[in-house]
Amino acid sequence: MFDSFFFSYQTLIFAVGVNGLLALSMYTVLAVGQLSLGQAAFMGIGAYVSTLLTLDANWPFAAVLLAAMVVPALAALLIGGPTLKLTGVYLALATIALGEILRIFCNASDLTGGALGLSGIPNKTSFGLIFGILGVALVGFVLVARSRLGRAMEAMREDEVAAGVMGVNLPVMKMGALMVSAMLAGLAGALNAHANSFIGPNDYGFDQAVTILSFALLGGIGSPFGPVLGAVILTVLPELLTALHDFKLVVNGFIIVIAVLFMPRGLLIWRIGRVG
Amino acid sequence: MNGMVTPLLDIQDLTVRFRGLVAVDHVGFQVEAGTVHGLIGPNGAGKTTCFNLISGLIPPTSGHVTLAGVPLDGLPSWKRTRAGLSRTFQNIRMFQEMTVRENVMTGMQARLQASVPEILSRTGRFRPEEVAAKTRADELLEFVSLTASADRRAGDLPYGDQRRLEIARALASEPKLLLLDEPAAGMNPAETQDLVGLLNRLKQGGLTLLLVEHDMHFVMSLCDRITVLNFGRKIAEGAPKEIRENPAVIEAYLGAKTAERLTGDRP
Amino acid sequence: MFAQILQQLPQQLLNGLVLGSTYALFALGFTLMFGVLGVINLTYGFYFTTGAFLALYGTKLLALPIWLALPAAAIVTGGIAILFDAALLTPLRRKKAPELASLMVTLGATLLLYSLMTATFGTEIRRLPPGVISHAAIIVGAVRINWSQILIMVTTVVIVAALLALIRGTRFGLSMRALAENGEAAQLMGVNTDAVVRLVSLLSGALGATAGVLIGLNFNAIQPYMGESMMLKGFAVIIIGGLGDIKGALIAGLVIGVLEVLTAGFISSNYKDAVGFILLVTTLWFRPVGLFGRAPIKRA
Repeated sequence: MFDSFFFSYQTLIFAVGVNGLLALSMYTVLAVGQLSLGQAAFMGIGAYVSTLLTLDANWPFAAVLLAAMVVPALAALLIGGPTLKLTGVYLALATIALGEILRIFCNASDLTGGALGLSGIPNKTSFGLIFGILGVALVGFVLVARSRLGRAMEAMREDEVAAGVMGVNLPVMKMGALMVSAMLAGLAGALNAHANSFIGPNDYGFDQAVTILSFALLGGIGSPFGPVLGAVILTVLPELLTALHDFKLVVNGFIIVIAVLFMPRGLLIWRIGRVG
Repeated sequence: MNGMVTPLLDIQDLTVRFRGLVAVDHVGFQVEAGTVHGLIGPNGAGKTTCFNLISGLIPPTSGHVTLAGVPLDGLPSWKRTRAGLSRTFQNIRMFQEMTVRENVMTGMQARLQASVPEILSRTGRFRPEEVAAKTRADELLEFVSLTASADRRAGDLPYGDQRRLEIARALASEPKLLLLDEPAAGMNPAETQDLVGLLNRLKQGGLTLLLVEHDMHFVMSLCDRITVLNFGRKIAEGAPKEIRENPAVIEAYLGAKTAERLTGDRP
Repeated sequence: MFAQILQQLPQQLLNGLVLGSTYALFALGFTLMFGVLGVINLTYGFYFTTGAFLALYGTKLLALPIWLALPAAAIVTGGIAILFDAALLTPLRRKKAPELASLMVTLGATLLLYSLMTATFGTEIRRLPPGVISHAAIIVGAVRINWSQILIMVTTVVIVAALLALIRGTRFGLSMRALAENGEAAQLMGVNTDAVVRLVSLLSGALGATAGVLIGLNFNAIQPYMGESMMLKGFAVIIIGGLGDIKGALIAGLVIGVLEVLTAGFISSNYKDAVGFILLVTTLWFRPVGLFGRAPIKRA
């Protein structure tokens, strides 16, 4: 009885960890004042690449995870590169386009299993792995925050033009943030795929991208802990309140609206210091 | 000897057109190192636009900007800062959520060299640089008399303090040339006097200043040389005394009749 | 086989132009909103859905003829657009919130609205009543064109002409252009910005709704999420055409429509939706401002 109890909650606990990583991925981009809606697409790329490498090429898991970070980062470079010099709106739209292209191709192509997706993925993700990675990522973010990079990031978010005048290398920071966010999302996708045994093309679309955004907006982006908190709440809450389960998307949308209009700082108002 | 000293800032034929309107029209002037140079003119003369052109915020339609012999043309603003340029803004662009000290430390972006691995592992250059940066920031805050506010949220500072913070932040990058866009705007006479003192101290320290200002007394007392713009064009240039008596300048500010009355010359 | 392609080409081109007209119409309202109000309003896609559903309601339950149902749907949706702008965007405008805040709030609202609509109406595909428009077709040379296609193209031409006349020839049009250039300056010049904002919201809501009704007619498939897929395509159209530019939206819409139909006809219908997005990414790579867009100017 206890085993089945843990088993049914294992999915939830894993989901919390994966969503925490996705929330951090969103945070990376928001923290430099950009809006990318490609986190779900990067997650999808990570999921599909890792699954194909495991199922078809039998790569060791560590290498698979590495690939799940590198390929999305390259996609980020391709998509983000031209939008660097343009206003933030273009990046948001370009990442949406990426997501759509991905969804259409994965749905249509035989390599990716078409509309049925890929199944039979072996279970290689463990509790320790997910939360270990999440922990390392959080530590990394705190270390970066309390340094010249952290100051540059916050400056860019507040006033990009002034940040540039202060000497912040804007293109490198923006591109770096996008690539790191792609790596985190890709990693989350691979971990998720190897915990759920099945992936499909409709799991990584616009709705998911917006959901990830809602994690970050609910929690607040004053520090990397905010988005993770948002992810925990929005993952666990629908399970606790079964009535909300079917209205998950409604709730997410509602949260975004309320957060932007009334709670721009999110729940976790605390701001991380920027001195080393 | 007929030695020509290379000016620190050399503006040549700078022009910018915004869809039919010529905001800056073939403007050229030089700023000598170690001097305070004023850029004045009636509202809309193109002074802030000139600053935006010099600091790389907008691209010119034509013309050249050179700093210490290095051409800045085509460089984005952050590269110009790394080349030794720094500026303040007419409407104070402070990073409101960051503390006062953090704002100043942000100004040091160009000077901090620790690499990403060093930052993540807290080794190598990271700690010494960070400590030195904090110390330097505190020195600058002391210079502008903001030490007591070092840990306050920048957005909470009163107006005059914010202006001084902007200067401290601009100094953090250790510039060769500091552009000041209406540094005395909104200040009362006492604050303005303090500012004059502060800027004089900077000048004595060897820093070169280029400033835009409307307060004539301020300009006349600080500047070694003044360039006057009107409708985007340079209409006069020289020492403060010459500018004060220049009919074209008086006309630009007060009208032709007054110019004729005051100087006896038809402008 | 080549002969076969050639034979089918005129029909496919016509179909493409019809589809492209609806894309153009949809994009017009979107680009108008962006051009004048400076905001990417993602609830715009919802107006598309709303228009189609209102027309469905009008023709099924109120037995209105299509030539009444369409304008009615457009006007009601325009009213809804005004409400949404007042609730979501005007507060942000007053607070002088950054551009991305508008995008995010409309993002949230969109998600909320679609999910609510799906929960209320279910996801099954609905159809307009069969009598709504004649399915008779005219044959002109090698092409067969039916009444709904004619309606779509005529409506598009009329609306574009009316829009251009409004913008270029009236005082309101001038106010809209002033607002697009510089909102604060326009206000100082005495332009009643609130009225202009309301009118533009009305217009774009109506345009989105019209496109929704017409697409609903063309494909006879109405379901809550139709606006979302259209929205995503709308992005492609306005970026390729140039943000805020009307003729850009028109041309880009037509081009994408034609290319989609050609892809579906001659390559594979599975990939047809990708065409717009691939063009979008290509545009971002080579000419980010789009066909007719202008590079944004930064100021201090």
